[in-house]
Amino acid sequence: MHQTQPALRKTPLHAVHRRMGAKMVDFGGWDMPVQYSGVLDEHHTVRQRVGVFDVSHMGEIEVRGPEALKLVELVTTNAASKLKVGQAQYSALLYEHGGFVDDILVHKVADDHYFICVNASNQDKDYEHIAANNPFDATVENAGPRYAQIAIQGPRALETLQKLTPVDLQPIRYYHFTDGVVSGIPARIARTGYTGEDGFEIYIAPEEAARIWEEILTAGEEFGIKPAGLGARNTLRLESKMALYGHEIGASITPWEADLAWIVKLDKGEFIGREALIRQKEQGVTRKLVGFEMKGRGIGRDGYEVFVDGLPSGWVTSGGPAPTLNKNIGLCYLPATLAEVGRTIHVMVRGQGVEAVTIPTPFYKRAK
Amino acid sequence: MYPENFRYTKEHEWVNVEGDTGTVGITSHAQEELGDIVYVDLPKVGSTAEKGKTLGSVESVKAVSDIYAPVSGEVVAVNELLATAPEKLNEDPHGLAWLVKIKLSAPAEAQELLSAADYQAYVGAE
Repeated sequence: MHQTQPALRKTPLHAVHRRMGAKMVDFGGWDMPVQYSGVLDEHHTVRQRVGVFDVSHMGEIEVRGPEALKLVELVTTNAASKLKVGQAQYSALLYEHGGFVDDILVHKVADDHYFICVNASNQDKDYEHIAANNPFDATVENAGPRYAQIAIQGPRALETLQKLTPVDLQPIRYYHFTDGVVSGIPARIARTGYTGEDGFEIYIAPEEAARIWEEILTAGEEFGIKPAGLGARNTLRLESKMALYGHEIGASITPWEADLAWIVKLDKGEFIGREALIRQKEQGVTRKLVGFEMKGRGIGRDGYEVFVDGLPSGWVTSGGPAPTLNKNIGLCYLPATLAEVGRTIHVMVRGQGVEAVTIPTPFYKRAK
Repeated sequence: MYPENFRYTKEHEWVNVEGDTGTVGITSHAQEELGDIVYVDLPKVGSTAEKGKTLGSVESVKAVSDIYAPVSGEVVAVNELLATAPEKLNEDPHGLAWLVKIKLSAPAEAQELLSAADYQAYVGAE
């Protein structure tokens, strides 16, 4: 028997990655670069200089119309009504039962236009979820194929991108964006990222992505820019304790559990999942996401079991080496009663309980 | 690139037999596939290695890979260097960064493994 796998999806930069010698992997159905020069080198390059990532696999959903805000408010947890034009907001789509459909970035382009960046493998599901809950005078477009997305991240990101755009980047504050021009073509330029460093994410036409990728690399050459892959993206986001769908969050996890209460505004009015969240808050949240650091020899990795006082108590959602901190870290779910900082836990590594201790998060925070 | 006097497995280990002892490591191809190696888990001196069974593991930033014993016998030495400098496995996998030495209980086993030329052809075709 021979089973044919569905063809992997490719970003507009796929041929560039192949040509530049990136190691490619299947990431949620996308053929993506996992590393170029090496995960550690790319990680340090982003923390110390500047790295560039192809994140064109991410999805974009556009909500337009006189009642666009009403729809966004109904399907998301954060207060979209508080957004000013040119501002972005981390938020979530929930099911009625309070579990995550996805975590998202909502950008307010205009009073009647919201631009939502969503996870690659969730984009069709997210689009259907939003469209199915739309009784308003608003249109929903699954716009992923119209955008390539490139992330320029690190302390030299601003200087790098500034060489390619007439837009003055310095005044754009964190989690704000502007529509301007990069290398002669229209671009949405957002001061956002998934690395814990300063940086930008630009949304551009896919046909122009390869040219702009090259121009970014040339512009950043004097700062030591390097292309970076999903491997470094993961170690960077884990150090900064940014959630990854399918790991820290998912359909069976609520924002209370995932330590994401700050993106839930219960007092903003009706939204999908609100009732369930109120109920869970009344009844008490029984498990919580906590950070840990390995004490014994071994690395706690995604999916490994966690024991407290000899009893199975939770699981590791993401774990691995933290290159900036030079230790092995992770995030895990534990019963809320056991989830305080400073607790000794054991992570089951290939049949052996290896000692670890819960520690405060984020593990890494950049100096302002 | 692959030393002529070593023998190789399809799981990307090598063994260099000298007298009744085999020095065991992973191949350059293996370290390249793994990427940055950050942790090496090796058996204790005195433990028994059985050909084809798990001998230990090597971890890169991203993933864990088992190491399989290419030959059977008693583990008589482990490379202490790798406990503090696992990155040596990326730099010198056929030399300084050997993993263990095994006192062979069935010396003929090594002859069943791939020659350098056969291994080169195998990874070339992989």
